[in-house]
Parts: sequence; C-alpha cells; structure tokens
Amino acid sequence: MQRNTCMIAGRSLTLLGVNHKSTPVEIRERMALTAGYEEALCQLKQIAGGLEFYLLSTCNRVELLFASQGEEEIERQMIHFLFGDAINETERLRYSYCYRDGEAVNHLFQVAASLDSLVVGEAQILGQIKEAYRFAAAHRCTGPLLNKLLHKAFSVAKRVRSETGIGSSAVSISSAAVELARKIFGRLDDKKVLLIGAGEMAELAAEHLLGQGIGEVVVANRTLSRAVELARRFRGQACSLEELTMRIEQVDIVISSTGAADLIIRSEDVRPLMRSRRNRPLFFIDIAVPRDLDPALNDIDNVFLYDIDDLSQVVEGNRAEREKEAIKARRLIDEETLKFCRWQAGLAVTPTIAALRRKADDICRRELDRTLPKLQLSEADRQKVEKLAQAISAKMLHDPLLFLKSESCRPGDDTKIDMVRTVFGLQDDNEGTGNSNDGPT
Amino acid sequence: MFQQPLFHQLNLFLFLCVLAITLAASLCYLAFFVGQRNRARDWARRLLFASWITQTLYIVSRYLLIGNTPVTTYHETVVFFAWATTAAYLSFRWRYTVKNFGTFVSLLIFALLVAASFASREVIPLEPPLRSWWLPVHAGFSLIAYGFLGLAFCGGLMYLLLERELKSRRLGYFFNRLPSLDALDQLNSHCLTIGFVFLCLGMISGSFWSKQAWGTYWRWNPKEVCSLVIWLVFLAQIHLRFTVGWRGRRAAYMMVAGFIVVILTLWRVTT
Repeated sequence: MQRNTCMIAGRSLTLLGVNHKSTPVEIRERMALTAGYEEALCQLKQIAGGLEFYLLSTCNRVELLFASQGEEEIERQMIHFLFGDAINETERLRYSYCYRDGEAVNHLFQVAASLDSLVVGEAQILGQIKEAYRFAAAHRCTGPLLNKLLHKAFSVAKRVRSETGIGSSAVSISSAAVELARKIFGRLDDKKVLLIGAGEMAELAAEHLLGQGIGEVVVANRTLSRAVELARRFRGQACSLEELTMRIEQVDIVISSTGAADLIIRSEDVRPLMRSRRNRPLFFIDIAVPRDLDPALNDIDNVFLYDIDDLSQVVEGNRAEREKEAIKARRLIDEETLKFCRWQAGLAVTPTIAALRRKADDICRRELDRTLPKLQLSEADRQKVEKLAQAISAKMLHDPLLFLKSESCRPGDDTKIDMVRTVFGLQDDNEGTGNSNDGPT
Repeated sequence: MFQQPLFHQLNLFLFLCVLAITLAASLCYLAFFVGQRNRARDWARRLLFASWITQTLYIVSRYLLIGNTPVTTYHETVVFFAWATTAAYLSFRWRYTVKNFGTFVSLLIFALLVAASFASREVIPLEPPLRSWWLPVHAGFSLIAYGFLGLAFCGGLMYLLLERELKSRRLGYFFNRLPSLDALDQLNSHCLTIGFVFLCLGMISGSFWSKQAWGTYWRWNPKEVCSLVIWLVFLAQIHLRFTVGWRGRRAAYMMVAGFIVVILTLWRVTT
C-alpha cells in the first residue's frame, strides 16, 4: 500500500520486527525474550527516555513499535537492544522488517486481526497483543498516541472477526472435530467423550473438547495403567478395551486412535446399542491409520463417522475459505489505517484550534475587564454585554475553524495551518499546547 | 355497508398488500441466508411481523364482508393457515432463536399465500345448519395445529438438509447456515407436541360441531376420514418419540410426509 505520513505533532511511528515469514527460527530464538516482558520493558525504558513504545513477543514474532521525533541515536539503541549482539548488521537487514507511519499502523492492524499469523484467522494473537499492551501500559511505556493506536487495533480486530468469516471455520483437525460435534449435539457440556488408545492427535482432540466444556472424558487403552494416567490428566475415568461396547452405550463422542491392525468397533456391535441409547446421536472420530472403526457405521441412523481423511478434507476446505475472507479483511484494514492516519493528521491541527480559541477568549476578557468597570451596569446588563462579546468572537472564528477542520483531512499539508497561524499571530504559543493529544475517540 | 363494492376493493387491496409484504420478508430472509448480514435479518423480522398484522387485517375485513368466520372456502382456509403459521412462528420466535429458521418459514408462508391467491375469492354463503360458534373454535384449533405442524415441517426439512451434508462428509453451504441437529430435533419435538395438542382439540370441537349440525358426532365423510388419518400419522410419531426415542432422519421424513398429507387433505377436501 502507499506510504502515508502519519505524524502526531511531529512524531512518527516505527515498527521493527521479525516474524515466522521473514526470519528462520534460529534467529528468532536468539531474539526471544527469555526473561519475560518486565525486564525487557525496564531496559527499553532507560534507552527510550520519554518515547512511547510497546513490545510484543510470541513464539512466531518479536515486534517493537515506537513513536519518535527523529531521535536517531535512540532509534539506533533500540534496534541494538532488540537484536542484541547475537545478530550482525547484514543478518538484521536481511531478516527483519521495518515499517514506518502508515505502513506500521497497517502492519499492527494486520497482526491484531490475525492476518499475519501462521494459521490465518487464529484468535490467540489478539490475546497476546492485549497482554503485551497491558505490560507496556503498566510500566508506563505507552502514551496518548500508542494507547489510541492499540485500542484501535483491538477494535479493528473485532470488526474483522465479526464482519468477515476469517475465524469462523476450523482449520485444524482437532478444532474441525469440535466444530462437527457442535453441529451434531448443539451443547457439549452434558456430553461424554470416549478416547480409545492414546495417540498425540487423539489427546489433542480430547483437550480441545475439554476446552470447549465437554462434560466427561473416559479413556480406554490396551494397557490399563496408561489409560489411568491419561484419565487422571483429563480428570475422567479409565476403562479396559473389553468393556468398550458397554461404554459406547453411555458416551456421545468416540475418538479412536489405536495401533490395532484391524477394526475394533464394528457396525454390528453398535447397531443394537442404538435402541437402548434411545437413538441419541453418536459421533465417531477415527484418527487411526489403519482405521479402527468400521466404515459401515456411517450407515446407521443417528451415527456419524469421520476418519482422518474426512477431517483433513474439512480443514482444507476451510483454509481455502479463509484465504478468500482474508482479502476482504485486508481491504477493511486498509480502510481503518487510512482513518487512523487522518485522525493523527487532524491532531496537528488541534493545537492551532485551541490557540485560536484561547487568543479570542483572551482578547474578549481583556477588553471586558477594561470597559466594564467604567460603566454603571446592573448584573443582568453586565451578563448581556459579556454574552455579546463572546458571540462576536465566536462568529468571527467560525469560518477560520471550519477552514482548519476541513483541511485537516489532508495529511502532511502544513502550509494552510501555518497560514492561519501567521494571519492570527499565533506563532508564539506554539509550545505548551502540543500535549493535548487525546483527540476525538 | 360492508357489502359495498368499495369494501370489496379494499378487501382485495389488503390481500395484495399481504402478498407484497410477505414476498419482501421472504426476500430479506433469503438475502440474510445467502449473505449472512444482520441488517437483512432485522428487516426481514420487521417485515414478517408487518405481514402478520396485514394478514390479521385481511381476515377481519373478510369476516366483515361475509358475516361469518372466513374459513369456509379454500382461499379463506389457506389464508387462515398462513396466518396461523405466521402466528406460531412469531410466538415461537419470541421464546427461542433457531438460526435461519425464519427463511424456511417465511417461504412456506409465502407459498401458502400464493396458493390462496390462485383460488377463487368468491363469497360462498355458509349452509344454515353449519352456522354455529363451533365453526371458529374448530377451525381455529385445527389451523393453529397445522401452523405448528408447518413449523415442524420446516424444521424437518432443515434437519434433512444438514444431516445429508454431515453424513456425506461434504460440508458446505448448509453446514455454516443451519443450527445444530440437536436444536432442529428439539424444534421438531416441540412443534409436534404443541401441534398435536391443538389437533386433538380441533378433532373434539369438530365432532361437537357435527353433533350440533347433523345430530351425530361422527359421520365417516371424506373430510372426517382424512382428519382421522392425519391425527393417526401424528399420533404414531408422538408415540414413537416418547416410547422408543424415535428421532433423527426417519422422524424428520415422517414429519415432512405428515405435513404433505395435511396439505393434500386441505386441497382435496375444501375444493
């Protein structure tokens, strides 16, 4: 996208970082903040002096965002802090990225909306940014500009999530299983899951289901001790493979991932169970290769069977869908970036507006103070005269203020503002008004 | 004054309004179904409510026009049916939300109204022995029952669409747009139960009406036999559901089939 100049009363944004796309993991691990945010933020604060900054570190990215006013020395030191001595200049230039102003804003929004993630659309990153921001705010590293920017990033991420389907469908095997379970059962909190065999994938799926509030986990395994161990982890029950049929009668979801060479649950075993289950639906997930569950299970009414290929197919379909939604999301983000830059450019005008108003008020006050004592006026008349003075000054200022506000939409064009300042003689009180940066929200 | 040509015209105008508003509501619901934009849904809800109000006005005007409850001709019965379905949906909607249910229901209502618009709007005076306050009671109960069975029919269709996608493992269009199978099954159970209660009340009040008009509770005429068949079809469903936990695909098929019997009966018996 085109480069915007986002200035906040002379301050420009810089975003430095590495992520999983630009940088191999060997470099990233040298940069990772092993000691946590607190120490890093304290060190950075000493370097930065009064500058606003925020630092994000996750397993896929390390990013530093700061607002400077052209203090090159500080910038150099911050870069040095970020990359340490472990990475030399050439590596740094090759693997890291550096965005400024509009591009930095755009990048931050993309990261928050999970467009820059390894799995596009995953929801974790927003939580990580919020945590990073909480640390930065607690250490008073952020100021009005970054506070505004990060809050904006949160709301943009929310908007992207609600207006596009980017996070709506599952893109991992275990989340696809959960999504299917939700579509079949509606609520999961009163459902039971039976885990047959203990594979990594099955455990992941069970964990995911537990995270979604599944009622109970039952673990069955060839070696009972392993089953007991797993059951303890999931706070459930253990059982042996012999009692499988009895257990299937009671559970709602069955995840199978044994190393058995042939089928362990057959269609004939399950069919009679459906009557005693009063036809409550059963959802079988077969993650094992070779398969554990009879493909004919799917032919029974109210029984749904998905094997690993079916789940992968669901995931593939959803990934493609997300890519399409990502295009929509990028457009939305470009739009929000533009809005933010306009707001920031508008800030450059705010001190001028304030100064203009103050000047008019001062003149009114001075003239009233000089004239009123000479007149013998009642209290009511005095108020009328004061109102008159205020009305005249407000009417006089109306057009210049409109002019300032309309031109404020064009970032980077300071000539008009300078002109207004010259015409009204506002040059002197340029300083002292620049702190009122908390613009309209 | 209600027999004047002007009032006839007003009556026709109201019916056209009903058709137009319901069509607009259905289109909004369809737009929501396809595009999943909340704004379309909000408009669809308002329009469907407006459609119900206009339907009510139309039925009232029809009552004033003919002097008895307007449920004696095919046109009147089907309009009343559509009104009862809308009322059932709105009462249902007030307590539960079932994702995209409105799309299916509004299409059904619109289809009923279109069917009504093809029928003759002529006023046929009621035979003297049938003039009784049992008429509105009987027709009201029966058509409210049909309204709820209409909702169950929509739920059944949605269930079948989603179930087919889940079984074939090709998740696509309906997977993202329909609620869970469990929610649809509960919806069917709920509507079936309420519908069946009203169906029983309709049967009982109908036989009292028959006693008053013809002196006997049951005459085995085609209309009565058809009603009995419908009643037995739904009785069987209720029975199976509560005894052996009948549910899912077969229950949904039964539901759809039962409703088609209702439509056929209505069509055969009143024309």
